[in-house]
Amino acid sequence: MKPIKYFFKRLHADRVSYLMIAPFLISFFVFTVIPVVSAIGLSFTDFNMLQTPNFVGFDNYKTLFLNDDIFMTAVKNTLIFAVITGPLSYIFCFIFAWFINELPGKLRAFMTLLFYAPSISGGAVSIWKFILSGDRYGVLNGFLLKLGVIDSPIQWLTDPEYMMAACIVVQLWLSLGMSFLSFMAGFKTVDETLYEAGAIDGIHNRFQEVWYLTLPQMKPQLLFGAVMQIASSFSVGAIPSELNGFPSTDYATHTIMNHISDYGGTRMELGYACAISTVLLSVMLLTNKVINKVLVDE
Amino acid sequence: MKRIHVSKRLNRSRGGDTLIFLMLALVGVFMALPLWYAIVSAFKPPEEIFIYPPRFYVTDPTGKNFTQLFQLVTDLVVPFSRYLFNSVFVSIASTALCVIIGALAAYPFAKKNFMGKNVLWKLIMLTLLFSGGVTSLPSYIIKAKLGLLDTYWVLILPSIASTTQMFLMRQFMMQIPDTLLEAARIDGAGEIRTFMHIVMPNVKPAWMTVMVLAFTGIWNAGSTGVIFEESLKLLPTALGQISAGGIARTGVTAAASLLLMIPPILAFVITQSKMLQTMAHSGIKD
Repeated sequence: MKPIKYFFKRLHADRVSYLMIAPFLISFFVFTVIPVVSAIGLSFTDFNMLQTPNFVGFDNYKTLFLNDDIFMTAVKNTLIFAVITGPLSYIFCFIFAWFINELPGKLRAFMTLLFYAPSISGGAVSIWKFILSGDRYGVLNGFLLKLGVIDSPIQWLTDPEYMMAACIVVQLWLSLGMSFLSFMAGFKTVDETLYEAGAIDGIHNRFQEVWYLTLPQMKPQLLFGAVMQIASSFSVGAIPSELNGFPSTDYATHTIMNHISDYGGTRMELGYACAISTVLLSVMLLTNKVINKVLVDE
Repeated sequence: MKRIHVSKRLNRSRGGDTLIFLMLALVGVFMALPLWYAIVSAFKPPEEIFIYPPRFYVTDPTGKNFTQLFQLVTDLVVPFSRYLFNSVFVSIASTALCVIIGALAAYPFAKKNFMGKNVLWKLIMLTLLFSGGVTSLPSYIIKAKLGLLDTYWVLILPSIASTTQMFLMRQFMMQIPDTLLEAARIDGAGEIRTFMHIVMPNVKPAWMTVMVLAFTGIWNAGSTGVIFEESLKLLPTALGQISAGGIARTGVTAAASLLLMIPPILAFVITQSKMLQTMAHSGIKD
């Protein structure tokens, strides 16, 4: 009886805390935890929203890895996106936050806005459609033609040779978001006296300053930035489908997220779509573990 | 070239400052050009949009694109004002709930001890990873099963559980000195009073930041996939339907994206210093 009594006693003692977190926690469980857990469960069924799901074992996963060529394309594309845009945008966030922090006050605030604005201008992706438009009125084509770099307009958004590059550029353009702000703030909080002490100890230029003094101080922000970067680079999907259409030519920019909405939204094969989601979530958790290890150990 | 004056600081050279400034200017132009092009195109008459080579300025500005935009939207059965109302209502309601409920939850996680705290916090931290929307399909199934599709609830309720926002507020609340809370307790203030009169005023930058971030996210998100009833759709979705009309609607699309852009950018400009203050505590420590 003792442990149970103790349990209720603690429950009662902390009741205010529980009441305060309750609304958040309920919503968190209903819209995040339960969906993820049930998606893992449903991935072993032929769930289609209308009929009671039947257990099918590993069939979905077998089909996914052995018979679904388009899934393999999607995995390849997502990995290319994640491997290129994830680290690049992380590095850009850091470098530009660093550079902007070196500017004097007013200019610094202006540049922060300039670099951050694309990530919050939701409607701006549609502007890229006109910039990268395939005829000679497209901005990029117009300039390249005028300069004589190309003879005929390039189909940036429908020619598989350029589609991926176009998406990566746009993705990078709007990726200076949460991590960028976090790094900006991180730079501002480093104690000035640290730099003075460093100068006495033989730090001679700003590169040494960042490498030996600032970076170690900013580890918490760097960790947060990494999580945000993984979150956004693996969930790429909206930008390719907005720019290249859905499905894209030859599936050249078809990502895992696009594959999920294809099976989950269009074909209503939800069991299968849940299997794809489960694979994606596992890959993200794994990547997070690895990156955390690297950042924490160094 | 314009010279910038930087006060003499440690380990800084004129050459290095110039180089950094040049690089920032160059990348800054790349960042700004698309936005600038959207602004300019929004005011271009049709004959200026279809000019070769394309221009980054407008000679004969017009408001026609905006009037045409309102007409086009009005032709879509549902009046423009309805989409605007939906977007404003949903954004404000979600933002308010997200801030209030997030702050309520952040406080115990920052300053209290209760059974299960560590396990729950680990779980919440893990789901920060999913903030990009990878759980959209699983949560769609739940929303459908709960009968939330095609109601305002499907847009408002999920945003309450924004782990990123709650996380930011919790990190900021960690900075409140325990002695301050202790003093309030000795003065006889209950938990709720302490929260309202001590905690919330002390973390104003945090909840202002979260307000802006939440508002921006919800404002830009649109209602594709969860709302099929035309009169409940949000502005980005409705405007997306217009720009799907193709290249002939360049001017109108530019006008639409300009209108969508203004509220989030304005919100950031007003709160920039508060936001940077909050983000300083965004780090993950362990």
